[in-house]
Amino acid sequence: MKTQVVRVRGPETEVLECGNGSPLLFLHSGAGPNTHSTEYLERLGERFRVIAPFHPGFGSLPRPRSFRSVSDIAYFYLDLIAQWRLHDVVLVGAGLGGWIASEIAIRTTAPLSRLVLVSPFGIKVGGREERDFVDVHAMSPEQRAALEFNTPAYASIDYSGKTDAELTILARGREAEAHYGWEPYMHNPSLRQWLHRINVPVTLLRGADERVIARRNHEAYVDEIPDCELLTIDGAGHHPHLDAPADFVTAVIASGASRKPSVVAV
Amino acid sequence: MRVYHFSEMPYPAAWEHAEREPIRVSLPNKYYDPKLGADLLNQRLDEYMLADELGFDLMFNEHRSTTTCVVPSCIPTIAMMARQTRKARLLALGATIGVRRDPIMVAEELSFIDVVSRGRLDLGLLKGYPAEIAPSNMNPAGVNSRYWEAHDLIVKAMSNREGPFNWEGEHFHYRQVNILPRPYQEPHPPIWVSCFSPFSAVEVADRGYVCAASLDFNMTVGIFNAYRKRYSELGRPAPGLDRFAYLCLVAVGNTEEEGYERLSKVRGWVWSSGQTPEQYLNPPGFNPIAANVAMMKRHPNKSSWTHHTVGRSGNAFNPSTGPVRNLLDSGMGFAGTPDQVFEQIREFHQSVGGFGSLLAMMQGGDLSHAETTDSLRLFARDVLPRLKELGIPDPAQRVA
Repeated sequence: MKTQVVRVRGPETEVLECGNGSPLLFLHSGAGPNTHSTEYLERLGERFRVIAPFHPGFGSLPRPRSFRSVSDIAYFYLDLIAQWRLHDVVLVGAGLGGWIASEIAIRTTAPLSRLVLVSPFGIKVGGREERDFVDVHAMSPEQRAALEFNTPAYASIDYSGKTDAELTILARGREAEAHYGWEPYMHNPSLRQWLHRINVPVTLLRGADERVIARRNHEAYVDEIPDCELLTIDGAGHHPHLDAPADFVTAVIASGASRKPSVVAV
Repeated sequence: MRVYHFSEMPYPAAWEHAEREPIRVSLPNKYYDPKLGADLLNQRLDEYMLADELGFDLMFNEHRSTTTCVVPSCIPTIAMMARQTRKARLLALGATIGVRRDPIMVAEELSFIDVVSRGRLDLGLLKGYPAEIAPSNMNPAGVNSRYWEAHDLIVKAMSNREGPFNWEGEHFHYRQVNILPRPYQEPHPPIWVSCFSPFSAVEVADRGYVCAASLDFNMTVGIFNAYRKRYSELGRPAPGLDRFAYLCLVAVGNTEEEGYERLSKVRGWVWSSGQTPEQYLNPPGFNPIAANVAMMKRHPNKSSWTHHTVGRSGNAFNPSTGPVRNLLDSGMGFAGTPDQVFEQIREFHQSVGGFGSLLAMMQGGDLSHAETTDSLRLFARDVLPRLKELGIPDPAQRVA
């Protein structure tokens, strides 16, 4: 796994890379792409050139002062794609990364071949007194880990043995998650009305044991995107790529294989 | 020395539920009986009015969604006392502007109070306790820069005399700021800030504001020394005693035992302050990243100050449950007969280099109205007159 700091115009972020093949841009959930495991990236690397950045504001580097919202991150990645002259990109986004991926795709799908959303945040469909997303900030770190993961090692909290640098990434990730997603909570009220613009094949992967995001939320996501299928990954919670890496990678490879690009014009 | 009486105006009747539910943020309000609450709040307000007659100044604070302090905003409390008292300074400590959405409304309402009270307001501007994040839903990430922008805006709104001005900042936007009434005091009431670390004392010293430390000898020495050092670095004359305040628990009895017994009831506040669940005590981004790293290294942390305090003698103790005498050693509380309380305050004042204001929590926990009024009367009769004569301590006897 190669790690480098990438500057895109002004702002900088760290990017992990591995593998060869057509490009796959993976946008992480949680505190970063490698905070629990990189097994899923290595498996993807057997088939793709995997590019897995920390979102600006996450990782070892401070958040660029002018980055206020998820839309800033979306434009940052569009600039990164242009700077690296990437095309036919498989864009995969998990959790917050799924929200960012959707914000990219409603702006343009020109550099994308297909999109995989992995338990994405981003839209709210329930009423004002319904929770689409569990309030993970209203529970202890232990309760939150147990809610999000099936894998016992990830579902408990153990900071012992971690370096200051690793703990800094966890702390910054928690802060950045609040910065971008505190209010409105983990969604952009304007996003849903533009999902129709996504004119590449989309697969929405959801853990069979997803306990953070209501199923009706993801069903609405699928309904709003012209060519989108919902696949369930057994044995997985809110982070299927970490709970079930082999099945996750199989699903990514299979995504869009039997489908043709939509005819919706943008 | 001025002495400010205060109470957080708790509702201890609900604390019996602490085994099953946190008494902060999430305790269902069905466990609050407004009829009993009316009795308690009116007793506390009566105590404030008595304290005014007895020569105390008055301090008010606020917390939201909690039975530890059933005062969602200090502003209505101070507004009532602005009319019902005649002499006391009225210290808001404070308006928690890091968790309020409308700083201009804060400036307007507190200016109104300053005018009604004919200039008796002391203006404490605080970031807010982390547990206020959930009730307010204000984003905890960036609270520090939001706090200072709200501060800058309030100071400018109170000081501006020349018609509407524009404010388009990082956090707040107004295009026609022109508050009425303007404050009674010129250009605005004295500003106070609570300090919880020597680091935070530096930015308070930069602005020359009153620096309020609390509850702990060692921390107070660090904070006051940092404040003085900053003044010296800036080439200013040494700060006067009126720049320093110290907050603690105070209980006076007719005997030593009665004073201790009263302090053991007031310190119900210490126990109740330790009942905040971790997720509300450390919302994401509220504390700096380095502080969070330190917390993770201590995880699981079962030793907050409410359960683990180190006294001046170096002995660690649990201030919520241990012998109440321990609180005297750390300066968390002063208690006993009037003579003993005076001597404890005099000695503490000397050791930390002096302070101009004592912020005395003389009601806390389930200390009754009768006990509180007796403690206030004893303090006013036998302690307060002697404290007024406390001058600038001898620097040679200060703890470095």
